[in-house]
Amino acid sequence: MSQETPLWEVFIRPRNGLSHKHVGSIHAADEVLALQAARDVYTRRGEGTSIWVVPSAAITASDPDQQAENFEPTADKIYRHPTFYEIPDEVGHM
Amino acid sequence: MAVHDAILEVADDCLVLGHRLSEWCGHAPMLEEDLALPNMALDLIGTARVLYDRAGALEGKGRSEDDMAYLRDEREYRNCLLVERPNGDFAQTMLRQLFFAAFMHPFWQAAQSSKDEVIAGVAGKAVKELAYHIRHAGEWVVRLGDGTEESAVRMQAALLALSIYVEELFESSPAAQEAEAAGILPERAAMRAAFDATIAEVFTQAGLDMPEVTFPQTGGRTGLHGEGLGHMLAEMQSVHRSCPGVTW
Repeated sequence: MSQETPLWEVFIRPRNGLSHKHVGSIHAADEVLALQAARDVYTRRGEGTSIWVVPSAAITASDPDQQAENFEPTADKIYRHPTFYEIPDEVGHM
Repeated sequence: MAVHDAILEVADDCLVLGHRLSEWCGHAPMLEEDLALPNMALDLIGTARVLYDRAGALEGKGRSEDDMAYLRDEREYRNCLLVERPNGDFAQTMLRQLFFAAFMHPFWQAAQSSKDEVIAGVAGKAVKELAYHIRHAGEWVVRLGDGTEESAVRMQAALLALSIYVEELFESSPAAQEAEAAGILPERAAMRAAFDATIAEVFTQAGLDMPEVTFPQTGGRTGLHGEGLGHMLAEMQSVHRSCPGVTW
């Protein structure tokens, strides 16, 4: 099946104002059937107001072997986190 | 004959087709369709439940939706022949669904102004569900009709097998005529233009032509069914009949 039918990544927006979030993947022959399949598989319990489908082949992913060089150098740069400010109580939630 | 008999006809159409679709559950060719087909089945069975309840209330003999669904025999079922046709292959399942939805979508659209508020209410919900059934089944009919050599042959065979059952959709039984005159259900014959337009749009893309039907098959509304319905009901009713009133 997977050799004949392309894989698609599915993104759902749960509510207006929120962004589309990756929820999983489905198989479908083309983009029209992919949208229908996404609707049928991932919105059965009222999860969404909008669906995106993207061919999985169109996604370029980072190499797991480069995880160390990609992500570890940030670990000791805590000054990049905005946690060094005193926020006055009057501001409330930011 | 009375109005509740006419409501029963529509309810039986929905339950029988819903049950047929549910037979795909666990057997569909891919996970995506294994969910899509039961989704449509649940839409139809949900509609059937409301209609059985309404028909039982109007009949006034205290019959519940379960009594209607599980305790009537084949000859008492009033569904049209199209919906009871066996699933066959995917071409037959999808074409059967398209024919039914192409008829029921305008039917529910018109039924939204029914004088019976339960019918008007269920129509408002069903019209959205059926719009999706047209889209889903329609896309498959296009892809199978205009797909590979094998799929085109199968879709052509499905068309020959099922087109003889289409005419019955537009026929109003004496009970239906009564309900139509009372403004409870829309006139079946009036759905022709919308049905033809939906089918033409799909068939043009699918490379299909509606065949000439010399001898349309009818009889479902008088309880004369094909062999398959009895088998289907035997399975569908077996639990309720062997353990009456069971709940879980």
